[in-house]
Amino acid sequence: MDHLDELEAEAIYIMREVAAECEKPVMLYSIGKDSSVMLHLARKAFYPEKPPFPFLHVNTTWKFREMIEFRDRMAKELGIEMLEYINEEGVKQGINPFDHGATYTDIMKTQALKQALNKYGFTAAFGGGRRDEEKSRAKERIFSFRNENHAWDPKNQRPEMWKLFNTRINQGESIRVFPLSNWTEKDIWQYIRRENIPIVSLYFAAVRPVVERNGNLIMVDDDRMRLLPGEKIEHRKVRFRTLGCYPLTGGVESEADTLDAIIEETLASVESERTSRVIDSDGGASSMEKRKREGYF
Amino acid sequence: MNDQLLKFITCGSVDDGKSTLIGHMLYDAKLLFADQKRALELDSRVGSADGQIDYSLLLDGLMAEREQGITIDVAYRYFSTDNRSFIVADTPGHEEYTRNMAVGASFASLSVILVDASQGVLIQTRRHARICALMGIRHFVFAVNKMDLVDYREEPFRKIEKEIKILMSEFEYESLRIIPVSATKGDNVTVKSERMPWYKSVPLLQYLETVDVSERTGRTGFTMPVQRVCRPNHEFRGFQGQISSGTVSVGDEITVYPSREKAKVTAILIGEKAVESAEKGRSVTLQLDTEIDISRGCVIEREYDLTVGSMFTAHILWMDDKSLSAGRNYLLKLGTQQIPATIMNIQNKIDVNTGEEIYTDSVSKNELANCEISLGSKIVFDRFENNRELGAFILIDRITNSTAACGVVKRALQRGKNLTYHAMDINKSLRETQMGQKARTIWLTGLSGAGKSTVANALEKQLFAMGRHTMLLDGDNVRLGLNRNLGFSEPDRIENIRRIAEVSKLMNDAGLIVITSFISPLLRDRRNAKEIIGENFFEVYVNTPLEECERRDVKGLYKLARAGEITDFTGISSPYEAPEHPDVTIDTSVLSIEQCVETIIKALEI
Repeated sequence: MDHLDELEAEAIYIMREVAAECEKPVMLYSIGKDSSVMLHLARKAFYPEKPPFPFLHVNTTWKFREMIEFRDRMAKELGIEMLEYINEEGVKQGINPFDHGATYTDIMKTQALKQALNKYGFTAAFGGGRRDEEKSRAKERIFSFRNENHAWDPKNQRPEMWKLFNTRINQGESIRVFPLSNWTEKDIWQYIRRENIPIVSLYFAAVRPVVERNGNLIMVDDDRMRLLPGEKIEHRKVRFRTLGCYPLTGGVESEADTLDAIIEETLASVESERTSRVIDSDGGASSMEKRKREGYF
Repeated sequence: MNDQLLKFITCGSVDDGKSTLIGHMLYDAKLLFADQKRALELDSRVGSADGQIDYSLLLDGLMAEREQGITIDVAYRYFSTDNRSFIVADTPGHEEYTRNMAVGASFASLSVILVDASQGVLIQTRRHARICALMGIRHFVFAVNKMDLVDYREEPFRKIEKEIKILMSEFEYESLRIIPVSATKGDNVTVKSERMPWYKSVPLLQYLETVDVSERTGRTGFTMPVQRVCRPNHEFRGFQGQISSGTVSVGDEITVYPSREKAKVTAILIGEKAVESAEKGRSVTLQLDTEIDISRGCVIEREYDLTVGSMFTAHILWMDDKSLSAGRNYLLKLGTQQIPATIMNIQNKIDVNTGEEIYTDSVSKNELANCEISLGSKIVFDRFENNRELGAFILIDRITNSTAACGVVKRALQRGKNLTYHAMDINKSLRETQMGQKARTIWLTGLSGAGKSTVANALEKQLFAMGRHTMLLDGDNVRLGLNRNLGFSEPDRIENIRRIAEVSKLMNDAGLIVITSFISPLLRDRRNAKEIIGENFFEVYVNTPLEECERRDVKGLYKLARAGEITDFTGISSPYEAPEHPDVTIDTSVLSIEQCVETIIKALEI
């Protein structure tokens, strides 16, 4: 068994524990590479049965178009149950990433996620978070408990011994489960290559229309993109290391248009992947922990 | 390249420099991304006066940790060098967060324990070493840190080295290495220090890159706890789980526990791929040739011989704010089994400093203890030293759902193993275990007014306070009910004693400690009682002198007897035959009531 086999076996074990012990699980699906790996593992974990839970995509309505196409194609091909949730109230109020900044993330992502979990009454939600992503994630348990307001209490986490997960919760509480906790970005890419896992084409370098904003290359994915004075659309060969809402996701200039080239580039990289996520730099070093305490995934 | 992934923890007392050591290792080995490095340099400038890099900021990721400058919870870091991949769990040093340290230890196969060279081995160092051993770590590195504070001298290092070796002699381990380092200055962290030429061996990182942590102990037969049954349609039935030990191959004859039914493996799936065999650590789906009853919680094995039982002794770490006392009920999770469990008996707790076993009846948060656990039904398990996964468990509080304790199985209790699967006889010894005590009949004999009732009452109160289950039989509750048809003729007095003895025996069978308080003057009556009650009979001779009893004359009976108004009064007009070999003798005219009770309890050895 090599390193990837070990990580795979652990993730499958975790998924099976949740399916066996939790009342109403769901797998959050963000369409990114980690979600692709999660979906792949879920299919392996229960084969020949289909994953015994639905998948949920919280759509902010500002995702890259290629992401939505990919999502719909995967759901159809694999015959899995894919739920979509949009915070319609936010849409009605015209909440958008240009005018509302952090409020946008809160309303269209955090609030939307809480509303979706409440709507369906899910008691456990799988997420693709990894501990190598960010400092507060590095501290989070694989089974992470949320109170009735979906808030995380980092100072009082339930002990997690060996692989004996205590999945019991009180009324109104829920669990976030992170089967990829111990994976690194490098592991994800190597596993994608080994297992031939389909991922959104945005990860591969291609010539795309972008504008440079605060040192980030933002893709002009549709005509809702607002240009600031002086900004002009350029066509550059870029790829994305993480995927999210297109106005908030910075691309990197790259020639890597194959998996091998991406892996090579990742291994040589001097920047961690979250630097290309504009949202993380709002609010300083502990912004992620703050958002998680408020119910962000 | 060592393709074995090394999962290790850093632990030790607060301020011994755990986070700094790991931070420095990552920084030196160029294992940080540029933005992380920038952030670190930025954070350090904000936090420290002289602008020196504070490597610990790399790991203390929670706001509260940065505010207080301490580590509260485990941080996991992932890094690879050219030679090996690592996952390190940096654990908190404060006693208050011991359980978080244990979380890290349960995950690791090697422990790096830091010791401050200027302080030596501290209580917390010992506590952490003990917890590492409990959680199953068998590879230890002690990093004697802050060597810069002792001017890199050999002599303080050798002194601490000796202390460490004495400490470690208590535990079973497979490897032990002691390295002098300075985490802030970087000596012997990633490169060999020139300031300590007397240290001849390799620096810490190099040692971690090469140490072999493969498990050499444990049993090699195949075991797999069943997580779930996969049944997508009526043609397919597969059993899913992760292999705990050994290897399974297609064609193997396996046994399913606890039913002990046998079947042959017809297919093994890893994901969607059929394979010929699979080894320890793999998550698989097994198909069998016959339809046997298997559900979550069953264990599939081959050439292993598991234990099926409902009682075992365990070594536990108590983690709940509410302290543990015997008799409390929890949910126990072991492997994929979850069942009600009762802590029958706390044998002792361990002094983390000295390792001494201390008799106790309650265990507080962060304490280590040995106890006996009885389960609501039989489960399949093994000793932890044989099988990590079938020998480790957690206890869950049934009301708050918190994980109250974690522990490892030391051994199955024999009476648990001897029970047959189908008929479980509830016998005296089971009841005794459930009550956490040994049944006794404490038979007080002595003259009227000797103080039997007073002693009996005080004794019962004391036993009750000790958490024992007791029953007091005296003239008041026996003569008025069960024996109200008996008078004071000789046959009636014999029958009186016989009935009391029979009732005591029944109560002993129920697991109770019985205290009887009757004059019972005749040797042969007491011998008769002893025969009925058997080995639990414990005779206490309340040997208060007749003069004293007569002086007390609480009920005025001596006066009446002397006046001849009562005939056959023991000590006056009928004989009292003193016991020849009482288990204990007390004299209430010499000893206080407390002293009498203490004497009896001491003699009882409970």
